[in-house]
Amino acid sequence: MLDIKNLSKTFAPGTPNEHKALDNLSLHLDKGEFVTIIGSNGAGKSTLFNAICGTFIADAGSITLNSTDITSVPDYKRSKLIGRVFQDPMKGTAPNLTIEENIALAYSRRKSFNLSAAIKKSERSFFREKLASFGMGLEDRMKTKVGLLSGGQRQVVTMLMCTIVTPKLLLLDEHTAALDPATSEKIMEITNSVISENNLTTMMITHNINSALKTGTRTIMMDSGDVILDIKGDERENMSLSDLLNMYNSKSNKQFDNDRILLSH
Amino acid sequence: MSLVLGALQIGFILGMLAIGIYISFRILNVPDLTAEGSYALGLVTSAVMTVAGHPYLGLVAATLAGMAAGCVTGFLSTKLKIAPILAGIITMSSLYTINLMIMGGNPNISVFDCDTVFRAAYKLLPMFKKEVVKVIVGAVFAIFCCGVVIWFFRTGIGLSIRAVGDNEDMVRASSINADFAKTLGLAIANGLIALCGGVYAQYIGNADVSAGAGMLIIGLASVIIGEVIIVKRSLVWGIISAVLGSIIYRGIITVVTGFHFLPSYSTKLVSAIIVALALAVPAVKERISIMKKGGAKNA
Ligand SMILES: Nc1ncnc2c1ncn2[C@@H]1O[C@H](COP(=O)(O)OP(=O)(O)O)[C@@H](O)[C@H]1O
Ligand SMILES: [Mg+2]
Repeated sequence: MLDIKNLSKTFAPGTPNEHKALDNLSLHLDKGEFVTIIGSNGAGKSTLFNAICGTFIADAGSITLNSTDITSVPDYKRSKLIGRVFQDPMKGTAPNLTIEENIALAYSRRKSFNLSAAIKKSERSFFREKLASFGMGLEDRMKTKVGLLSGGQRQVVTMLMCTIVTPKLLLLDEHTAALDPATSEKIMEITNSVISENNLTTMMITHNINSALKTGTRTIMMDSGDVILDIKGDERENMSLSDLLNMYNSKSNKQFDNDRILLSH
Repeated sequence: MSLVLGALQIGFILGMLAIGIYISFRILNVPDLTAEGSYALGLVTSAVMTVAGHPYLGLVAATLAGMAAGCVTGFLSTKLKIAPILAGIITMSSLYTINLMIMGGNPNISVFDCDTVFRAAYKLLPMFKKEVVKVIVGAVFAIFCCGVVIWFFRTGIGLSIRAVGDNEDMVRASSINADFAKTLGLAIANGLIALCGGVYAQYIGNADVSAGAGMLIIGLASVIIGEVIIVKRSLVWGIISAVLGSIIYRGIITVVTGFHFLPSYSTKLVSAIIVALALAVPAVKERISIMKKGGAKNA
């Protein structure tokens, strides 16, 4: 499904700020896998997502998605196949457009530029139905500008936008980190049900190690631009929090001492 | 009475300019300075074609030329990564030369004795006075443009352009070619502005290569006045308010210069003051609220 081979990216090469953000990283995902990604700040997790989405073109290595080589495909074309939710609720939606306009825009990714009405009647009721299934009452506010919604509500809209045309790959970048605990839990619930309903191949970055082990089917840990730990199946089932931290410390030769890492929830 | 009719005539015609400015400044969120060049481009293209006996084709050509100018600015800013303000300035300055070329090196040509869309309308509506017919022609153009623009921005492609001005990252993530959408938006804005120049040339009876200077501030003043009058922020009302703003702006100018409060050449100063005042409102409001808070503390 997703095949990343020897991916490297150096920012600001040849300057004092030179920084190797991805270091010969290889990773393979099977269809339907749900991988959680952990790692300290600056490990290169978001950079990996940026590389997959085509925000920049990698210095070396290749990315194959759904048996197509997308290494040098421009970002907007890749997004036909990839859905992405960011930590910042402002990023995924257009504030001055209404909820239904935002969703219509995402829904239109199945067709190219067209001169027919942006939102058709049948589509409107389809959007309504989808929103209603999230149980947040957004279906009654379809004509509300998204800028007026709360962060959690915006993330729900983004979530729907990313999945309304089933993506080949769903990327979640700490998408509940900016929300309060209750909302965050609700969004995770919606996330899980959307993923299992559509059997989506998913990568989720989280700073909550506990939920990283409990959610999904596989967990990888990143450090200094590479994958340093990759567990699934029984090994993952039996892994305790302290095992995982010890493993991190021995593999990376440093302490997992990040303020933002939540050990429990 | 003639002052009122005059204000309505120019208000409607320059309403098309206001819609164009509204599209680039408000919908696309791009401070596009191409406007002054594309206004003059439309003006001279229409004038030259009118002299050649093709007033209608002249308006079509003006619109297409303006769209091409918008595409150039769009290309400079999206593909060559030149800052939008600079991209607009580059196109605007090169248009000055191009406009002179179109006029065969003459800085000014007259279309006074030629057949124009206005003359055609006089024949079509003999029961009305000429001054009234001019208002009708201006209104037809402005309302037609409003209709087309509103229809367009409600289509799928129009929605993409609106979204680009609102959150470009999100548009890229929705597999829409943001560069193309932005360029298309600029093309439409400048096409309208050039059409406006084209109609104005036939209305006023001549074309001057420097006629574009200061048009941007006039369009901006119209948009801002429209926003003050109509508080509702939606696509439809935004575009209608741009045209209304243009008419009211022209009313203000007529009062200020028509009754000789200020000389007739002071229109640009008046527009600049209107724009500066309107843009200063948020800062002034903040200042006042800070002063109020400070006052409460001291009390
Ligand atoms: N566009 C960029 N330019 C320069 N440095 C960058 C850029 N993007 C990320 N980096 C650097 O790459 C490193 C990895 O960042 P990131 O992938 O965001 O980490 P995280 O694992 O916390 O998501 C950081 O040191 C960051 O400063
Ligand atoms: Mg990150």
